[in-house]
Amino acid sequence: MIAVHGSVLAQEIEIESPNIAYSAIYPILIVFGVALVGVLVEAFAPRPRRYVVQTVLAAAGLGLAFVGTVLVAGDLPETQNGLARGGIEAEGALAVDGPTLFIWGAILLLSFFSVLLFAERRLESGVTAFAGQAAALPGTEAEREASTRGLEHTEVFPLMLFAVGGMMLFPASNDLLTMFVALEVLSFPLYLLCGLARRRRLLSQEAAVKYFLLGAFASGFFLYGIALVYGYAGTVTLAGIDGAITNRVGGDGLLLAGIGLMAVGLLFKIGAAPFHAWTPDVYQGAPTAVTGFMAACTKVAAFGALLRVFYVAFGGAQWNWMPMMWIVAALTMGVGCVLTLTQTDVKRMLAYSSIAHAGFLLTGFVGVQAATRDSDDMTSLVAVMFYLLAYGFTTLGAFAVVTVVRDSSGEATHLSRWAGLGKQSPVLAGVFALFMLAFLGLPATSGFMAKWAVFTSAWAGDAQLLVIIAVLASVITAFVYIRVIVLMFFADPVGEGPTVAMPSVLTVVTIAAGVVVTVALGVAPQPVLDLAHQAGEFVR
Amino acid sequence: MSPMTALPVLSETASAVAPAQAGGVYSLLWLVVALPAVSAAILLLGGRSTNAWGHLLGCAAPIASFALGVLMFVSLLTRDAHDRAIEQHLFDWITTGSYDVDAGLLLDPLSMLFVLLITGVGSIIHVYSIGYMAEDPRRRRFFGQLNLFVAAMLLLVLGSDYLVLFVGWEGVGLASYLLIGFWQHKHSAATAAKKAFVVNRVGDMGMALAVMLMFATFGTTSFVGVSAAAEGASTATLTALGLLLLLGACGKSAQVPLQSWLLDAMEGPTPVSALIHAATMVTAGVYLVTRSNFIFNEAPTAQTAVVIVGLVTALWGAIIGCAKDDIKKALAGSTMSQIGYMHLAAGLGPIGYAFAIFHLLTHGFFKANLFLGAGSVMHSMNDEVDMRRYGGLAPLMPITFLTFAMGYLAIIGFPLFSGFWSKDLILEAAFAENLVVGFGALLGAGITAFYMTRVMLMTFLSPKRWADDVHPHESPRVMTVPLLVLAALSAVGGVLYLGGWVVDWLTPVVGEEHPELGVPVWVISLAAVAVVAAGVAVAWVLVAKRDVPREAPVRVSVFTTAARADLFGDALNEAVFMRPGQHLTRSLVYVDNRGVDGTVNGLGGLIGGASGRLRRLQTGFVRSYALTMVAGAFVVVVALLAANLS
Repeated sequence: MIAVHGSVLAQEIEIESPNIAYSAIYPILIVFGVALVGVLVEAFAPRPRRYVVQTVLAAAGLGLAFVGTVLVAGDLPETQNGLARGGIEAEGALAVDGPTLFIWGAILLLSFFSVLLFAERRLESGVTAFAGQAAALPGTEAEREASTRGLEHTEVFPLMLFAVGGMMLFPASNDLLTMFVALEVLSFPLYLLCGLARRRRLLSQEAAVKYFLLGAFASGFFLYGIALVYGYAGTVTLAGIDGAITNRVGGDGLLLAGIGLMAVGLLFKIGAAPFHAWTPDVYQGAPTAVTGFMAACTKVAAFGALLRVFYVAFGGAQWNWMPMMWIVAALTMGVGCVLTLTQTDVKRMLAYSSIAHAGFLLTGFVGVQAATRDSDDMTSLVAVMFYLLAYGFTTLGAFAVVTVVRDSSGEATHLSRWAGLGKQSPVLAGVFALFMLAFLGLPATSGFMAKWAVFTSAWAGDAQLLVIIAVLASVITAFVYIRVIVLMFFADPVGEGPTVAMPSVLTVVTIAAGVVVTVALGVAPQPVLDLAHQAGEFVR
Repeated sequence: MSPMTALPVLSETASAVAPAQAGGVYSLLWLVVALPAVSAAILLLGGRSTNAWGHLLGCAAPIASFALGVLMFVSLLTRDAHDRAIEQHLFDWITTGSYDVDAGLLLDPLSMLFVLLITGVGSIIHVYSIGYMAEDPRRRRFFGQLNLFVAAMLLLVLGSDYLVLFVGWEGVGLASYLLIGFWQHKHSAATAAKKAFVVNRVGDMGMALAVMLMFATFGTTSFVGVSAAAEGASTATLTALGLLLLLGACGKSAQVPLQSWLLDAMEGPTPVSALIHAATMVTAGVYLVTRSNFIFNEAPTAQTAVVIVGLVTALWGAIIGCAKDDIKKALAGSTMSQIGYMHLAAGLGPIGYAFAIFHLLTHGFFKANLFLGAGSVMHSMNDEVDMRRYGGLAPLMPITFLTFAMGYLAIIGFPLFSGFWSKDLILEAAFAENLVVGFGALLGAGITAFYMTRVMLMTFLSPKRWADDVHPHESPRVMTVPLLVLAALSAVGGVLYLGGWVVDWLTPVVGEEHPELGVPVWVISLAAVAVVAAGVAVAWVLVAKRDVPREAPVRVSVFTTAARADLFGDALNEAVFMRPGQHLTRSLVYVDNRGVDGTVNGLGGLIGGASGRLRRLQTGFVRSYALTMVAGAFVVVVALLAANLS
């Protein structure tokens, strides 16, 4: 009966198999595939081997995906009169174009170094910084037992790979539903990872719950926004929405409310005010390796998606959303800068600093300087992508430094414990000072070039007032970063002072990568600027 | 020096803007910057193994740069006057379509003089530091940082693009910050270093905005490009550019209203005060204004602002100098004041640029001389800086005394000494421009004579007031020889003006205009000498004829109180910027976090025990966060709708 029914259907409707261009999207598939293999490893590999297998698998998978990204980028076709490169793949679900691939490359590089931080074992004397047995309640016998048996959760590696896959999908999505799915795929593993700290577990679990609740809340806004936009345009593809806006079919209220609610979801992810409240709590509570990973990679992915939605789908309505984004950018910079001033915890300080940087990035974003055929000036896209890469490496390096400054209770994150660090470990303090100077935007560091890029593109895009606010804000933040440097080099240690634990080569490599990129992008930014420039515009 | 109108001269300036490419000896131009930079890298990264010879390498680098500079100078002299701009392209720094920044160097008559000043006086001060820092266990690091400064300063004056200049600009700021705080164990040093850095950031903001404005309006930031584009630009743009650049100059050169950091910067070792906070870095603002002459010439409002800032600072610094008992702070007030004179001259336009640079050079000589002399005195007095504990040192330290006296005569403008020539020219230009400015500058000269005589009397000539356990002695030769060289330069530095040489030399860069005076030039010279004599006489009556108490008198006039408090510069900053800032911070924290307790200040002093506090720090409730999100979303959507549908 069923068979008969089926054959009838087959006769009546031609079922076409979807046309998936695997040659263009295989980097994502590699990451998801390796993540699935990681799950199998958890199920079948003996416990003692898992750590090595998972680490190698994750690093190799990310490396392979990066190579794949480079190869895909090598033969992108030119479109739109040579302004963009790439095409719409997977039945319109994904846009594999220059910016997508640049962002993929950035995410893959940053997550590769994050894997190294995840795998650090020497700092916790032989185990990773993640909870031995997450299911055991803090302070119970079960936890003590897990700790004495030296258990560790190697699931963090596949979890992280799933998050990376989601992050790659997010800025590549060419329709709003794919984008929503990508948002959830990248978020859920992060919620879990945040709650897996080995030390200060209550704080970590609290952070995870907060992040989850607020994240779910933000997703709700985002989804509602999608529904309203669909109601306006009758389609969820970005190009379709753009077409609807250009032809002005009426129902502006629906569109504007939709834009506003979608903006809430995206601004939440990038940590812009007034949707930033979760950032400090989550950054502080999460295991520091996870914080570094989030601060670097989530920001890249979320900005990629923000740029794509607002430039491609809502580009025609830019005069409608621009004033709102101006205010958000100014508010974000203000809140980020002023509140960084009062932080007494390194991780919270870096969290507020990341809010301020989100504001600077938004400044570049609202410039909306698109490429034209007769000039190849700095576009907003180039500037923001450059900033993301520069900031990602600096912040990852800074969080890596945080993991090695320790006292008897684990990481010594209270700033007073950092007093006199320069006397005890001049090299480490010097490296951290370099990162602070990069955050501050001192010339010859990547931070300067990055700020320069976004400010000039925003200025050229007639956002002069915002640029002035941004420059003022960066003057205010100078206080903070200089205060940290003064504290490290000029203050006397309180009590016994901090100890700088000697990490394994993994963390050292990550910090070194941060230093190298921070200096290289400051002194010779041209190759990366060229690369971002070659990426061109988004395909439509 | 025939009377000329401004316009033809300016067009002449603009026509000379295509610099030749570097060849011959000039192809080594990059080495001038690279030598101290490499030496700094070796000394700062080399670790203890370089301790033994670090100071020697540290001296060799600026001396080698100086030698190269002299070679290039001689070579430039043989070239035609309008063919003295040499450009060296290093690499493409930023290339984005129509906007290119070359990392390039530009050697022209203006930067040439700065190279000679920085490496010349710099070398002398490096040598002096061998003796001054002999006892310091971190001497190698000191030399490394000093070399870093020299490299950054050379990049600042040699950069061919505002952006390259800005890199040097921030570099000298960083080096200055490190060196002010060199004695890390002193809390006051750390505070002073931080203050200098932060105040400078305010100025840098002006610089950054100016560069951005240039990029936005002209599409280029190179000197050549901007000077060509400035001709066709609107006055409003140029005025904005000029004012922003002036803000930058105020920060770096410690001009009112960003003057407050310089006095505190005296916490650094004395050679640092001599090199960075007297002879070179603080004059970067004058360099900037002079270099940007193509902007200021077309923006009279900005020029007036420069003149006002210069005049106010010239008097402000001089008044502060009168009340300070700390010898270095008295000299620091004097530095502010003298740089004020330079700004005043530079603000007058083509009539004054060359005089500003001339005074900058002579000031570099005599102020370095005075600071190193003060350092020599401190060295022999167990690092005592209070002049009330000095007195009667002349016979005990004859070389220091005599060299200091040369510097003294130069700064007050004693006839035939270097300062006499350079200050006189500025007075002439000021009187030609505006009588008020002229008399203000003249008054400043009188006050200068007063406070410098006071310093001289209290330190060397009045009866001895030091404690019995202090044994003043002459400094070692490695310190006195540099003093002798600088004293000679202070005395005869005026030869630069022989036959109007320095003015002619700079004309291709800054143009030329002769001051038109209503009275013969000698009248002004005579008036200046008379005012200086009056200042000296007043000091003689007030200081030499009375006993100098060992403790500073408490019951003093309002004016003395004000001057001792730096004319309330810090109080003003505190009232206008810091307190409102703190209130803003506190209220924002209250609104944003609800959790962070009131103790937000004094971070370094907070007690450890981090784990106990952590729980309390994180009291943000997820429900209130969610509420803010709803409110935020509401505001975003309503704002969008209201703005577009109304």
